[in-house]
Amino acid sequence: MKPFTIHNGQLAPLDRANVDTDAIIPKQFLKLIGRSGFGQYLFHDWRYLADGTPNPQFELNKPGHAGASILVTRNNFGCGSSREHAVWAVAQYGIRVIIAPWRQHHKDRLPGFADIFRNNCGKNGVLTIELSEAEVDRIFHAVHTQPGLQATVDLPQQTIVLHTTPEQTLRFEVDPGLKQYLLRGLDDIALTLEQEADITAFEQHHDVQCAGGR
Amino acid sequence: MAKTLYEKIWDRHVVKNLSDGWTLLYIDRQLVHEVTSAQAFDGLRLAGRTVRRPALTFATLDHNVPTDNQAVITDPIARAQIEALRRNCREFGVTLFDLGDANHGVVHIIGPELGLTLPGTTMVCGDSHTATHGAFGALAHGIGTSEVEHVLATQTLRQKKSRTFRVEFTGRLTPQVTSKDMILKLIGQIGAAGGTGYVMEYAGSAIRALSMEARMTICNMSIEAGARAGLIAPDETTFNYIAASDRPYAPRGAALEGALASWKMLTSDAEAAFDRTLTIEAAALAPQVTWGTSPGMVADITGRVPEPDQVAGYHKTDVENALAYMGLTPGTPLTAIKVQAVFIGSCTNGRIEDLRVAAAVLQGRRVAHGVRALIVPGSARVKAQAEAEGLDRIFKAAGAEWRHAGCSMCLAMNPDQLQPGERCAATSNRNFEGRQGKGGRTHLVSPAMAAAAAVAGHFVDIRTWN
Repeated sequence: MKPFTIHNGQLAPLDRANVDTDAIIPKQFLKLIGRSGFGQYLFHDWRYLADGTPNPQFELNKPGHAGASILVTRNNFGCGSSREHAVWAVAQYGIRVIIAPWRQHHKDRLPGFADIFRNNCGKNGVLTIELSEAEVDRIFHAVHTQPGLQATVDLPQQTIVLHTTPEQTLRFEVDPGLKQYLLRGLDDIALTLEQEADITAFEQHHDVQCAGGR
Repeated sequence: MAKTLYEKIWDRHVVKNLSDGWTLLYIDRQLVHEVTSAQAFDGLRLAGRTVRRPALTFATLDHNVPTDNQAVITDPIARAQIEALRRNCREFGVTLFDLGDANHGVVHIIGPELGLTLPGTTMVCGDSHTATHGAFGALAHGIGTSEVEHVLATQTLRQKKSRTFRVEFTGRLTPQVTSKDMILKLIGQIGAAGGTGYVMEYAGSAIRALSMEARMTICNMSIEAGARAGLIAPDETTFNYIAASDRPYAPRGAALEGALASWKMLTSDAEAAFDRTLTIEAAALAPQVTWGTSPGMVADITGRVPEPDQVAGYHKTDVENALAYMGLTPGTPLTAIKVQAVFIGSCTNGRIEDLRVAAAVLQGRRVAHGVRALIVPGSARVKAQAEAEGLDRIFKAAGAEWRHAGCSMCLAMNPDQLQPGERCAATSNRNFEGRQGKGGRTHLVSPAMAAAAAVAGHFVDIRTWN
């Protein structure tokens, strides 16, 4: 996996909540059995008109948003199907960072990203960043004011610098295990296979039918 | 210390605690289908790795398969994907329930049918509806293709513990209200991200009263609230289901006796602490209908399409976009919404009990003029059972189409798709934009509500209809 350290890139807004993986990569592209070629189908049904030309109304097709690599969006991004094709499409389009807000709903804090999607991002070197709604609103405001706005995402320092005038810096949290994994671009199967003796020892006394000790 | 059911299953599967709160967790069973596995097997080949425990891995073909004629796959891309799984299963020694096999079917229907799904086990599949198997007290969840490959290679997953969320359904359901309505109501209440980061445990007298199939419907849709998994503690209903004579992979004889002793300990301790709890009164529930493009956009059948600024948990603009896509006007009674298509099937509601309910509604009636109704059994076994009971004849006499097993119009990867603007009453699990076909409009309901909508041509309150 490609390591993630510091990323400089252009921001693009996708001002919608609950963007599901069917929208990120529609089902007709899931029949492909390779791991590449998905970027062209990202957000396909929103991005293209019926005749196959780009939909000028779609956010990523608007002037100033082409070539973006940092996507800022709303709550519950990546919900629905577990299809990793969605993350392959995101990554192959060129997006390396997705920013979404957690949300307060009654007493609960609703995460910015759906669970399986966030996991899949980690496996593909795509950094998911959760911020507060107020912070995400600030980013939306900045990018709407200045289409083509550049930002620097620094994983070691856990900061996002918006290159507005003056610059604005936001801090983010990241799981320490995931951070190490992304920084080093690790192959987690190889890592796990280093524990093979433990797996074998576990299997000696584990019953896969009743899942208790034998 | 008192433990939840989730913690008990977790503890039985810890291979090793890694750093930063991560755990290497053993996986007892992996189910595989054609759409999310090809790249995982390729990854193994590229790295020169093997499947660690092929006997714990089971495959089926369900997502992209046609349901009219399964002998000939005319779509060349779908056929290539099907052939890839056949090849991979042969090469890596994995059991495949192929098209035409008596045990073929939708992955989450056949797991329980064949006795692969057992209490206290850990199960994964490259499919978000893997939560279905939690109905047996199995810790089951969907994973991406990278993790499919990880489990194939190591029989483990690197996991962080989830938080726990207990939902108690008290009292009893009223007639014609089903487990589909229970889970839709819950998602409406907590939102489509209300369960994210949690493992849900469903409990209470209304859950205990449900059959295994009805329980599976609830656990199946845990993911629609964002939850990692849904669990129901196993009980006599569970044990009787597993002990039924036709489950070839379930333990038998002394092995079953031993397993039962272990499974009976699989309950949350009375003093166990959950991170969040919620109580819902089952008797107060009405049949549910979704009106939007997120499963949390749902209302009682007695309700109306809401005003965009009056939907808890959704921003006004998101509701406006959803209503525009759905072609609905605020204030419209849900019973006034006309449908052009009805889909009964899927891993949510494609089991024999669902088909019996649909047949009871359709018996002696006709599907309304201008409505096409598609009834798709979840597995070859369900199909055979339905035909043995004569349900297929009832469906055909009513003017519905009776198909072979597959995911079909739940995700419309095969030829079963809605046309743009076409409106469908569906027993499946997702009402996302384009889910059932580009431009298609999906309303999620129970099988009884779907069958009644097919006859009436619009949604009805099944409790008072005819």
